[in-house]
Amino acid sequence: MAVKVRIPTPLMKLTSNQSEVTAEGATISDIFDNLESQFAGIKERICEENGSPRRFINIYVNEEDIRFLDGEKTAVKEGDEISIIPAIAGGFR
Amino acid sequence: MDFTDEQIERYSRHIMLPEVGGVGQIKMLEAKVLLIGAGGLGSPAAYYLAAAGIGNLGIVDFDTVDLSNLQRQIIHSTERIGMLKTESARKTIQALNPDVKVTLYNERLTSQNILDIFEGYDYILDGTDNFATRYLINDACVMTGKTNIHGSIFRFEGQATVFKPGAGPCYRCLYPEPPPPGLVPNCQEGGVLGVLAGVIGNLQVVETLKLILGKGNALVGTLLIYDALNTEFRKLKLKRDVNCPVCGENPTITELIDYEEFCGLSR
Repeated sequence: MAVKVRIPTPLMKLTSNQSEVTAEGATISDIFDNLESQFAGIKERICEENGSPRRFINIYVNEEDIRFLDGEKTAVKEGDEISIIPAIAGGFR
Repeated sequence: MDFTDEQIERYSRHIMLPEVGGVGQIKMLEAKVLLIGAGGLGSPAAYYLAAAGIGNLGIVDFDTVDLSNLQRQIIHSTERIGMLKTESARKTIQALNPDVKVTLYNERLTSQNILDIFEGYDYILDGTDNFATRYLINDACVMTGKTNIHGSIFRFEGQATVFKPGAGPCYRCLYPEPPPPGLVPNCQEGGVLGVLAGVIGNLQVVETLKLILGKGNALVGTLLIYDALNTEFRKLKLKRDVNCPVCGENPTITELIDYEEFCGLSR
């Protein structure tokens, strides 16, 4: 299943500056693995060693936070939009 | 309170809005808003809050105006380089609208002073540049029940939301702990399109005014993301986490924490 993944600015270095990429998989875990096969190094930026997202990064399927769905086991379907949203501190003094 | 003739004229474009009217304008003149940071987000926010006639505006900042600030910090000016940002902001605000009573706090927010500074304000507009202060502000807002109007920017991307205790999630419901140093981009290396500060800072003002007026739907439980390069606004749902360490059912954080600052300390 192909889904659209929105890449946040801090990770765009790993995706050749693409803010939107396509990934394949049936669950969020699959999507992370598929992203890693396309963009080496991206998974460790998003996930802890156990495969769950780091605590300062939230993952959304469409509008919903996967922490309130099934976490990284959350199923995705064709056409879903996945957003990776890290905490951003900047207000720029 | 009664309006003076000058106030009726000054605020006429507000007063003629059915959602504002004289009653709403008085609410704004009586409102107490605290701005944390007179930098990128705080500059446009202070400017428009003052123009709107927010009667009591507190500004917290310990920094001075630097030439490299002026690409986005429009409340300051070239001739004020070296001046305290709070003083510079007050000069601009007073020139724009003498109705605004400005109170300055030329200090760094810490667990020691934050509750004293917060007292007397109903709305806290977070325009800081580092995680340490953002978590401190969040926790203090939860503990005192004050509404936190949150904004942040990075390069061409911005986020805004409203954390209203009791009505929606807090910052720790989203991100329970600050990220460790090194895993997030450093503020200085990041860069930002100056005007992005204007977009997000002013979105924070819009939300603040709506909350004061009690009109419309504030961004409570919603994260608004602005992607300037692709000209897109997206909304994501934010939920309250029952396991949140500060606003959850069994909070583990019951005292304010001074995290070590690791982003945005120097220019």
